[in-house]
Amino acid sequence: MSAKVQVQTTINNEPVEFLCEPRQSLLECLRDIVGLTGAKEGCGDGNCGSCTVRLGDRIVTSCLVLGVEAAGQSITTVEGLAHGNTLHPLQKAFLENAALQCGICTPGFLIAADALLQKHPQPTEEQTRFWLANNLCRCTGYDKIIRAVQAAAHEINANSGAAQ
Amino acid sequence: MSTPTYNVIGTRPIRHDGADKVTGRALYGADLQLARLVHGAILRSPHAHARILRIDTSKAEALPGVFAVVTAADFPPAPADKIVDFGEGDTLLSSLRGNILASGKVLYSGHAVAAVAAVNAHVAAEAAALIDVEYEVLPCVLTAPAAMAPGAPILHDHLPNGNIAETVRYEMGDLAAGFAQASLIVERELDTATVHQGYIEPQNATAFWSTDGRIQIWCSTQGSFVARDATAAVLDLPVSHVKVTPMEIGGGFGGKINVYLEPVAALLSKKAGRPVKLVMSRRDVFTGTGPTPGSRVRVKIGVNPEGKITAAQAWLAYEAGAYPGAMVVPGAMTVFACYDIENILIEGYDVVVNKPSTAAYRAPGAPNSALATETVLDEIAEKLGLDPLTLRLRNAAHEGTRRADGPRYKRIGCVEVLEAMQASPHYNAPLPGPHCGRGVAIGFWFNVGLPSSATLSVNADGTVNLIEGSTDIGGSRASLAMQAAEVLGLRAEDIHPTVVDTDSVGYTGVTGGSRTTFSTGLAVHDAAQLVIAQMKARAARLWAVDHVDFANGVFSANGNSLSFAELAAQLGATGGPVSCSATVNPKGVGGSFAGLITDLHVDPETGKTTVLRVTSVQDAGKAIHPAYVEGQMQGGTAQGLGWALNEEYFMDADGDMRNGSYLDYRMPTALDLPMIETIIVEVPNPGHPFGVRGVGEANIVPPLPSVANALYRATGKRLNRVPMNPATILGL
Repeated sequence: MSAKVQVQTTINNEPVEFLCEPRQSLLECLRDIVGLTGAKEGCGDGNCGSCTVRLGDRIVTSCLVLGVEAAGQSITTVEGLAHGNTLHPLQKAFLENAALQCGICTPGFLIAADALLQKHPQPTEEQTRFWLANNLCRCTGYDKIIRAVQAAAHEINANSGAAQ
Repeated sequence: MSTPTYNVIGTRPIRHDGADKVTGRALYGADLQLARLVHGAILRSPHAHARILRIDTSKAEALPGVFAVVTAADFPPAPADKIVDFGEGDTLLSSLRGNILASGKVLYSGHAVAAVAAVNAHVAAEAAALIDVEYEVLPCVLTAPAAMAPGAPILHDHLPNGNIAETVRYEMGDLAAGFAQASLIVERELDTATVHQGYIEPQNATAFWSTDGRIQIWCSTQGSFVARDATAAVLDLPVSHVKVTPMEIGGGFGGKINVYLEPVAALLSKKAGRPVKLVMSRRDVFTGTGPTPGSRVRVKIGVNPEGKITAAQAWLAYEAGAYPGAMVVPGAMTVFACYDIENILIEGYDVVVNKPSTAAYRAPGAPNSALATETVLDEIAEKLGLDPLTLRLRNAAHEGTRRADGPRYKRIGCVEVLEAMQASPHYNAPLPGPHCGRGVAIGFWFNVGLPSSATLSVNADGTVNLIEGSTDIGGSRASLAMQAAEVLGLRAEDIHPTVVDTDSVGYTGVTGGSRTTFSTGLAVHDAAQLVIAQMKARAARLWAVDHVDFANGVFSANGNSLSFAELAAQLGATGGPVSCSATVNPKGVGGSFAGLITDLHVDPETGKTTVLRVTSVQDAGKAIHPAYVEGQMQGGTAQGLGWALNEEYFMDADGDMRNGSYLDYRMPTALDLPMIETIIVEVPNPGHPFGVRGVGEANIVPPLPSVANALYRATGKRLNRVPMNPATILGL
């Protein structure tokens, strides 16, 4: 066992400090040390996308990032998507479109879809499929997930249009 | 008969566990944290077949941070021939234990040999690597035909017939006479590879063996009571000594019925004196849990000039994996289950091989056998110049048709599914261009009954708590709450469903066999009827009348009326709380038919297949929550397309899986699939008050042959091996 390292980060807009071993993944740090278990481990090698979080300005599979690499960075997990008690439009759309069955992949899909909508506010079906291709879902066949992301895009755009 | 009208059934409310699942609050097994929790790791065999000569755990035990090491020697002693049964049929205790921790021999690469509990998972993994196992490597055998051949390496000395663990035979009518009447006979043999359910959440289990001898287990399971009973059987304890708390489950598809980790975590906890958590890696999931059998199936069908089937014969050999129990029996039961045929012979073989011990996977056994039947029928339709759906309609099973394994169907929807396929916009649309093909196929799967229990308790605010034991794998809290709401005249959101542990609800069978919405739904329905009866008695007492009516959520008599909520508020003053339980064990129930239309394009140079359009059709009896019925159909279709086109265990000659990661075991991604169109057919199940048929499984049966038939239309080649990947298509 090696000496632990102190890591200072911002997680879901709150300053968070944690102590971890250098070998611990960011996913392990989030789940086992910080206590945020929303990001899931489905494979441990970056291929299922269930552990997807936003790190700085990009999304990462947090099982492939070391906790110490997150020092000084800002992290968003599924726990940070809702505003207080108000669900993010993506969360709402996933529920309204029945876009989850077992729900284990849902946190990763939500983070990836959020990143997609920030880059492409009105994505095509092809763009949506491309952006979500690193997130495996074994229950839904993706149909309702794609529809939910498109519905959320519509709602976000309608609301931002109304605000202008 | 007029169609009943419903207030809640058939609507699409937000699922009750939805908010937790989109905010990350839902707790799955690996999310569990407990005080003094330690973490485990499993040491697995690198050999597919070997004798264990010696296991030395001393170095692992000496590693700082290690709390316990266990092997098969830690199981309590039991006679070698002891039989156990926990509702899934008789099993040899030695087989059940042997798959959990190997004893004497390892039978597949990935077979668990020993386990460690340590301060964290990293130390546990280091310790597991320090366990020294001496093996005598034996020759291995990896496919059913090879394992049935003379001189094959033998896995189990106790099986009387080499590696053939079980033979099944169904016979009906006069086969020779039937074939003699045929003007056309087609016979084909097709192989399928081993594939995995691919649930995204790896198996996990946390156990605490208390000083009072009781064990508490938190795990990801499709059946908390089966997990309890199996764990108790393995550890030779009364079932009441084990309490299983089902955590949220991240997919199962049949693969999370068997226990792998629960008894090991319990043994480790007993030694460590602390709760122990075991979580599988993805490679452990591929190599150490049960995939679905690879198979060889030969089907021969004869028809007369009108396309009426005169005789059908099937020969099936399924790979059980390391221990007996391939899904060859349901494969044999379903091979001709879609058709009304007089003369049938079906022979099936359950064959042990040096691969992981197989488990259920969504309509287990049926896709393998339907592949052969449905591709042979496609060839017959082509040779007769008949539309493939018309050929099927001329032979479709209907009420009164006898299946080769015995039962006669009650009301079923096979014809209606075929008619819906034929009438669908998809089937009547042109194909987009060259190198494209359209294929169709249908399939059948049972609704297993099995026991279920439910309790409904009325709250003073007019809502109702629903306590149930069916682990919710894809929205069953909603489909059960909706059935309660329908009976009680309430809204779906007025019912609060909770899935509880095995000490807190009556025995409930697995979430599997397409049974939960059907069977637990029946228990919920019956409990709700009891609630209404008790509520009526309370109203009768209030109004001093003998008879009270209940309709649309309102109790009434002699000009008095109270809504459900108004009466609920008065329960305290009329005799106390109302809480009703019901237990059911339905038998001889429905069954569901499904069909799939597949359009695809094949690149003639690379052999790459692109699925252009699919339409899944299924008889749901009555769709309680249509969105989640569609979800089942879409999910089963996606899994079937992956199975048909891509997925496969690549085993090397030594029986080592060479593609044990999601990168190499390539499941369909969002980019690989089109939208999945659905058509829900509703032919009510006479065995359920709302007509429900379970919809979880039948939808995975048609994709294999539907794809195979579409590939033929696109390429002119009848392929005889699944997956039909570029190498198979190009004949490489």
